[in-house]
Amino acid sequence: MATKHSRAAARLMISPAVLLLLGWMIVPLAMTLYFSFQRYNLLMPGMEEFTGFTNYRFFLTDPAFFAALLHTLQLVLGVLVITIVGGVLLALLLDQPFWGQGIVRILVIAPFFVMPTVSALVWKNMFLNPVNGLFAHIAKFFGLQPYDFLAQAPLASIIGIVSWQWLPFATLILLTALQSLDQEQLEAAEMDGAGPMSRFTYIMLPHLARAITVVILIQTIFLLSVFAEILVTTNGGPGTASTNLTYLIYVQSLLQFDVGGGSAGGVVAIILANIVAIFLMRMIGKNLES
Amino acid sequence: MGRITLDKVRKAFGEVEVIPPLDLTIDDGEFVVFVGPSGCGKSTLLRLIAGLEDITSGQIRIDREDATDVPPAKRGLAMVFQSYALYPHMSVRKNIAFPLKMAGMDPTEIDKRVNEAASVLNLAQYLDRRPGQLSGGQRQRVAIGRAIVREPKAFLFDEPLSNLDAALRVNMRLEISELHQTLKTTMIYVTHDQVEAMTMADKIVVLHAGRIEQVGSPLELYRTPRNRFVAGFIGSPKMNFVEGAEAAKYDAHSIGIRPEHVDMSRESGVWQGRVGVSEHLGSDTFSHVHVDGIGTINVRTSGEVDVRHGDTVWLTPTAANIHRFDKEGLAIR
Ligand SMILES: Nc1ncnc2c1ncn2[C@@H]1O[C@H](COP(=O)(O)OP(=O)(O)O)[C@@H](O)[C@H]1O
Ligand SMILES: [Mg+2]
Repeated sequence: MATKHSRAAARLMISPAVLLLLGWMIVPLAMTLYFSFQRYNLLMPGMEEFTGFTNYRFFLTDPAFFAALLHTLQLVLGVLVITIVGGVLLALLLDQPFWGQGIVRILVIAPFFVMPTVSALVWKNMFLNPVNGLFAHIAKFFGLQPYDFLAQAPLASIIGIVSWQWLPFATLILLTALQSLDQEQLEAAEMDGAGPMSRFTYIMLPHLARAITVVILIQTIFLLSVFAEILVTTNGGPGTASTNLTYLIYVQSLLQFDVGGGSAGGVVAIILANIVAIFLMRMIGKNLES
Repeated sequence: MGRITLDKVRKAFGEVEVIPPLDLTIDDGEFVVFVGPSGCGKSTLLRLIAGLEDITSGQIRIDREDATDVPPAKRGLAMVFQSYALYPHMSVRKNIAFPLKMAGMDPTEIDKRVNEAASVLNLAQYLDRRPGQLSGGQRQRVAIGRAIVREPKAFLFDEPLSNLDAALRVNMRLEISELHQTLKTTMIYVTHDQVEAMTMADKIVVLHAGRIEQVGSPLELYRTPRNRFVAGFIGSPKMNFVEGAEAAKYDAHSIGIRPEHVDMSRESGVWQGRVGVSEHLGSDTFSHVHVDGIGTINVRTSGEVDVRHGDTVWLTPTAANIHRFDKEGLAIR
């Protein structure tokens, strides 16, 4: 990419892809924006009209909105903390040489290949169910009252399920980062008198900073829009106890048939996601510069 | 104090024996160089001494105390790695201070020692930079700084200069020798470069396939190599070896003669040959002379000599400097 000529050629070559992606993004975005200013209810076809900011006013003053906002943040933060702490620990374990390493690594990655609806259903019916679930059986074995996870701690349960799905991703990224750590640095630290804990804090953790940043950025993007796990387990309930922003928009537009309100919610979600993105890049983006 | 004794130390990786049982004593304050071709086990031996590898059998004593099972941090040795192994996310100051911090030393004392080391090594103005912002030679000095602040019993260097360019290598060689004169601490230095070994060592240990071929001062090894391997390895350019009928005249299986111990003349001599490639260095000229029935002999002549490709010349080895070797390659004295 050195000469002027090759740069121009490069631009020409990538322009179709860029244009396609741009159109792919712009069209739905423009339609959402358009709908968000319309009074558009599927139960009253043919009555669409411009309403200004009414949809936004209703969406933003809905008490469910603040609950959903809070739940979204709790979900994202909870899953991030669990997957990163757990991912670092698992990566440290998997980095040790042991017999059957290959098989164990594949097993650890496995949850990532299970689709969200399936894994949420498996968790709901086989683990968390207060009558037939594994946890209920264990509780009964010890003579305890089974705990109805999805009714009594719906958001925490969903955080658990989503963490289980994302833990392999975090582990995989952190493991490859750990394996790229120069062994001589660890040996030098060992000779310098650093014990295992000091070697972890002073050598490994700083080395992992960049990988952790990547995990946070990628996971945040996906965790802001968790939906399937909520739909098949709690349906956002009880009440709105496990409703996040994505689910609220779904309720608004497809359960209450209010496309205009749902679109307004969508636009709000886009704005919030961008605020989160700016915050993240400010806080940890510098880790990505080499 | 820093006297290190290896007693029948043996190392095997699985089935493969890398170091057969080996005895060696390194005296306090000595500058010892382990030299040998790549893959002969120099690094492994150094790492055994450092404690970074477990020895398969045998004993290592440091200052008469058994250190075989002592963890690396407790042996009181400092190591400089080939890759320098600096901590990339720490400033130079923090890198040098790291071992002291790990030892739980008082911060003011740490500062004092770091500044001292930095001034000895000319690093004072780089203390707040990261290793990534330093040149190769400066990184090297940071690695040495990190080693000296600990005031170890002995320094271990693993090919520390091999990543530097030729000019810098000569400089750092001098600096390390100078450092040894000032600190008078035991140093063990690993290299595959016999020039480094000859110029720096008090004592050279020549290794070959994990075995010690010979131990001695640089000049001892140069004058009286114990076998053909040492004779060929020590000295630059390499010794010329001649086998067959010519060697039989000297009652040997093979004879060796260094390029600097062959006289070249246009008129007369023992061997007649044709000049091949000549390397003109200004101070010396190295001519590769093809002699029928003997092979190619490399000859050193001092100064600028006017020899051309294809010239006919006469060579005469100086009799006193001919090394004789038997069938097993051992020197005959
Ligand atoms: N961890 C290891 N496992 C198996 N073999 C090794 C290991 N480390 C070194 N070796 C082998 O030991 C021999 C000596 O290696 P090394 O000490 O690094 O040589 P040198 O430093 O002299 O070049 C080499 O043949 C190398 O392949
Ligand atoms: Mg080596």
